[in-house]
Amino acid sequence: MFRNTYDSDNTVFSPQGRLHQVEYALEAVKQGSAAVGLRSKTHSILLALKRSTGELASYQQKMFRIDDHVGIAIAGLTSDARVLSNFMRQQAMSSRMLFNRPVPVNRLVSSIADKAQVNTQEYGRRPYGVGFLVIGQDQTGPHLYEFSPSGNSYEYYAMSIGARSQSARTYLEKYYEEFADCSLEKLIQHGLHALRETLQQDKELTIHNTSIGIVGPSSEHETGIAPVGPFRILEGEKVQVFLSSMIPKATAEGEAAQPPPPAAAAGDQDVQMAE
Amino acid sequence: MDHFPTNWGRPRNDAFDAYGTYPIHQRPVNDTFTDGVQRTQHPIVTGTSVLAIKYKDGIMMAADNLASYGSLARFKDVQRLHPVGDHTVIGAGGDMSDFQYIQRLLDELVTDEFAAQDGHTLGPVEIHEYLSQVMYARRSKIDPLWNSLVIGGFKNGKSFLSYVDLLGTTYTASTIATGYGAYIAQPLLRTAVEGFEETLTEEQAFKILENSMRVLFYRDARSINKYQTATITEKGVTISESRHLETSWSFAEGIRGYGPQTQ
Repeated sequence: MFRNTYDSDNTVFSPQGRLHQVEYALEAVKQGSAAVGLRSKTHSILLALKRSTGELASYQQKMFRIDDHVGIAIAGLTSDARVLSNFMRQQAMSSRMLFNRPVPVNRLVSSIADKAQVNTQEYGRRPYGVGFLVIGQDQTGPHLYEFSPSGNSYEYYAMSIGARSQSARTYLEKYYEEFADCSLEKLIQHGLHALRETLQQDKELTIHNTSIGIVGPSSEHETGIAPVGPFRILEGEKVQVFLSSMIPKATAEGEAAQPPPPAAAAGDQDVQMAE
Repeated sequence: MDHFPTNWGRPRNDAFDAYGTYPIHQRPVNDTFTDGVQRTQHPIVTGTSVLAIKYKDGIMMAADNLASYGSLARFKDVQRLHPVGDHTVIGAGGDMSDFQYIQRLLDELVTDEFAAQDGHTLGPVEIHEYLSQVMYARRSKIDPLWNSLVIGGFKNGKSFLSYVDLLGTTYTASTIATGYGAYIAQPLLRTAVEGFEETLTEEQAFKILENSMRVLFYRDARSINKYQTATITEKGVTISESRHLETSWSFAEGIRGYGPQTQ
């Protein structure tokens, strides 16, 4: 196990000017399964890969609704996430009660970032072991933020966190300029393609392990969504139509656009597509 | 409170019960602290009516400059219209010290909102909700802020006019009048404004308010002929300098039946 003289106490700097406990907390985020977030002019969306501990277990919840206009996807310690999401819900309710106003998303994210920062500076505490992608809409439009245990929060066009999220980020960096004018369906397709990049060799996206979170007007595949487009989480059967819209990986990478011969598709064991 | 200095710091006889007159559980509760907590039982220095109406471009509001001490016209240059941020004005009747406290609360709120510098600002709807919560919370402590407040604003192309009072009662309407004005001016405002909210010009709106303020000055013994108006429109908030009401009292000579006349 990697050891370091300056890592037993998060309030002590190493001679290199680093806080090792905080950096370990960032590692905890990387242990969690991946989550991807994207933003267009009209929508913000989240996509997350759910894990289960085995055949007999259910899949661990990755997305939480904070308020009608805000939702989060988590990577890292779920129990820490529940503490923070509970706090966010209180902030959201307080804003509605006091001012009859949905809380501005940036203030919500800043408020938990401030909480996280305290844990990097005060003796006897530990940083949170969880990172968030936060989507929401307010008077200034749709937003996507990343929150991390170091107490930082940033706004993004697109972002990914969690295990193997670098692969998803590489995909997002390649296509992010298109996102602003994308339709919701196309945005989700990009999101699924990015999320696919984080999968292990023998895994694929299914209706069981994929969650989609949306704020913004209804997609053509949804029903009964209010015009303002409140935050909603799509899981199970409702995800199927979006999974089916994915372009098989070989062609998505910019190779031959026509469907590959059946024999070749069966032979490609790298990634299996849902039909 | 015992105001006699030589008694300060000593157990008072009536609190001490030196002769053990009462069994402990029947001893009257009457110590130095019984008067320690004080709540507003009635207003002291008061402002009278506030009038406000909707018109084509937004909201216009009027309130006179008098703060009375009982029936004494004590302070004659008090501004009872207060801007809150860039989109809202509140007008207050009732206790002026409580109004000053509310002004401080709101100024603090606006400062915090400004300091966030994130493009979000408080509009009249938010200010209204906040004030209604504050007023209702205070009445629930049986320590009300003794005011009736009018909140007028214009934001994102929408005008907003509402009322909150010391009980936490709220309503919105296209004309609002508080205090004595609720009896005298409100019918005049309704006749002049209702149905014409989208057509009244600024000049017409001002005439309506000026006339109502004049009627109030004739009828309301706690009013004064010096007042200010506020307009809240797309362009923002403007609060006028003090204006003088032209009045004519020659008719008074003809009044008979009460007063000092002998016949």
